[in-house]
Amino acid sequence: MDRPKDPLLDAARKDETAATDRNQPAPENEPRLGKFSRRSFLAQLGAAGVVASASPLAHAVETETGEAEAPAIAGAVPVTLNINGKEYRVSLEPRVTLLDALRDHLQLFGTKKGCDHGQCGACTVHVNGRRVNSCLSFAVMHQGDRITTIEGLASNGQLHPVQQAFLEHDGFQCGYCTSGQIMSAAALLHEPIGADDNAVRAAMSGNICRCGAYNNIVAAVQQARGTKPDSRQNPNTSLLQPPTFVSGHDLSRAENH
Amino acid sequence: MQVFRYSQARSLDGAVRSGAVPSASFIAGGTTLVDLMKLNVLTPRSLVDINGLPLDRVEPLPTGGLRIGAMVRNSDLANHDLVRTRYAVLSEALLSGASPQLRNMATTGGNLLQKTRCYYYRDTNYACNKRQPGSGCAALDGFNRIHAVLGGSDHCVATHPSDMAVAMMALEATVHTQGPKGPREIALDEFYLVPGTTPERENVLEPGELITHVTIPTVAAGTRSHYLKLRDRAQYEFALASSAVVVSMSGNRIQRVRVAFGGVGTKPWRSREAERALEGQDATPENFRRAADAAMAAAKPLKYNGFKIELAKRALIRTLEETTQPA
Repeated sequence: MDRPKDPLLDAARKDETAATDRNQPAPENEPRLGKFSRRSFLAQLGAAGVVASASPLAHAVETETGEAEAPAIAGAVPVTLNINGKEYRVSLEPRVTLLDALRDHLQLFGTKKGCDHGQCGACTVHVNGRRVNSCLSFAVMHQGDRITTIEGLASNGQLHPVQQAFLEHDGFQCGYCTSGQIMSAAALLHEPIGADDNAVRAAMSGNICRCGAYNNIVAAVQQARGTKPDSRQNPNTSLLQPPTFVSGHDLSRAENH
Repeated sequence: MQVFRYSQARSLDGAVRSGAVPSASFIAGGTTLVDLMKLNVLTPRSLVDINGLPLDRVEPLPTGGLRIGAMVRNSDLANHDLVRTRYAVLSEALLSGASPQLRNMATTGGNLLQKTRCYYYRDTNYACNKRQPGSGCAALDGFNRIHAVLGGSDHCVATHPSDMAVAMMALEATVHTQGPKGPREIALDEFYLVPGTTPERENVLEPGELITHVTIPTVAAGTRSHYLKLRDRAQYEFALASSAVVVSMSGNRIQRVRVAFGGVGTKPWRSREAERALEGQDATPENFRRAADAAMAAAKPLKYNGFKIELAKRALIRTLEETTQPA
């Protein structure tokens, strides 16, 4: 079948850009679950819902351009992702975020979806060793990147020091934010931040814990960093102090003056 | 989220040509764009991914000063040795913005172009002239506590959210672009537009025009700078008022000073009024207060944001105290 005429795509092609081809067949070697599970059942329900709701959208595109385009939902492209040292080949629409690719397409459910807008940190993963919000990035943009999720943090059956510290300090209650907290803390070990608890609080501020396990999280992070928590004798001190309305200030004092 | 076509730019010229297509958008860190695409506030029909372009370096200029690539991530810029040592105000502003995760993603060019946090802009159920020209402004008679007291109009009072841009305003940065008509340089002070009757136009960029880098002039030896951000919580929150000061002293006399505000203006707000009030004067509490009053003389409060005027004044005074007292 002839490729539908696509002026935008053609323009992009001519201009030395590598446009993804919407009409390539999806690869057959997607990782699949070995058995039928609650998650796979729900995922299938979810997929059916997507098809049904996407149809009017596809139609709208067709009408607007006056071109006989492929239905929008068929716009999946082959994407290769390197996650936890393993290569995954999947067929994804460009709209699929890295977070949704992990959870809905690769059965890596350890990374959590909280706000889905980069405000809570539950979806934190490492891309090339740096922590990022996987909900605010499209999976198609991460081909060639080295992605690490909570599933890939332990090595040789040995928990990562941050995982071990979270266990020892009870750094969670319900546990939903925990994988994001741990991924954030594991990356923090290699970042240039101050030694005290306030520096840890600032460095962990992108991860929200609705249960309020913050004191134990700070203690766990400090243990993993190999430094002694400075408020260990009275862990609640920080909560009793009035909230500060001045920030950016401590940083400047500590590091620039 | 609306469907879009995705392509990766392999050259600057290619990016500019693809980006000039109607309804196309560049994508860099994605922290603003993906967020707003999920809300259907931004609905690009095609995305040109510029992450592969070699614009990710921070370099000292031969004439002094700094050249910052548009793709340099906020965290890398904040922690760069030259930035930390010579341009503290920029490092502090960057580290006061967003979260560590977002700073690892967000880029220099994208930060300059980030969208307002106005609730009504972000919610398609409300009227917003910036999002949908001519639809009205729900903030004018709405809950406008976070909105601008400087630079607003009857059409829009949304604040510009960037901290980095405020520091760059005080450092007199220049934006360098590549567009369909070739390269150009734009003083950051002339880069942003106040809303007037066209709040949908936030800056002078033309379709397809791509920020390639930002340059910052050298600062004289002994120059001090500082960024102070005041907000509802200690971290990970946008400014209610912030102040950036770059100052050089001669004894107790203010020789040269640059002042900019965040959180109070419809764009990163350079205050020449404050600078005029300060230059040649002694560093005294009275002179600081006089400069702060001058900076906010034109401020127009809305129903809920009047407190920002005094807050911004105090932010400036405290930043001046910090930067002019003997080290």
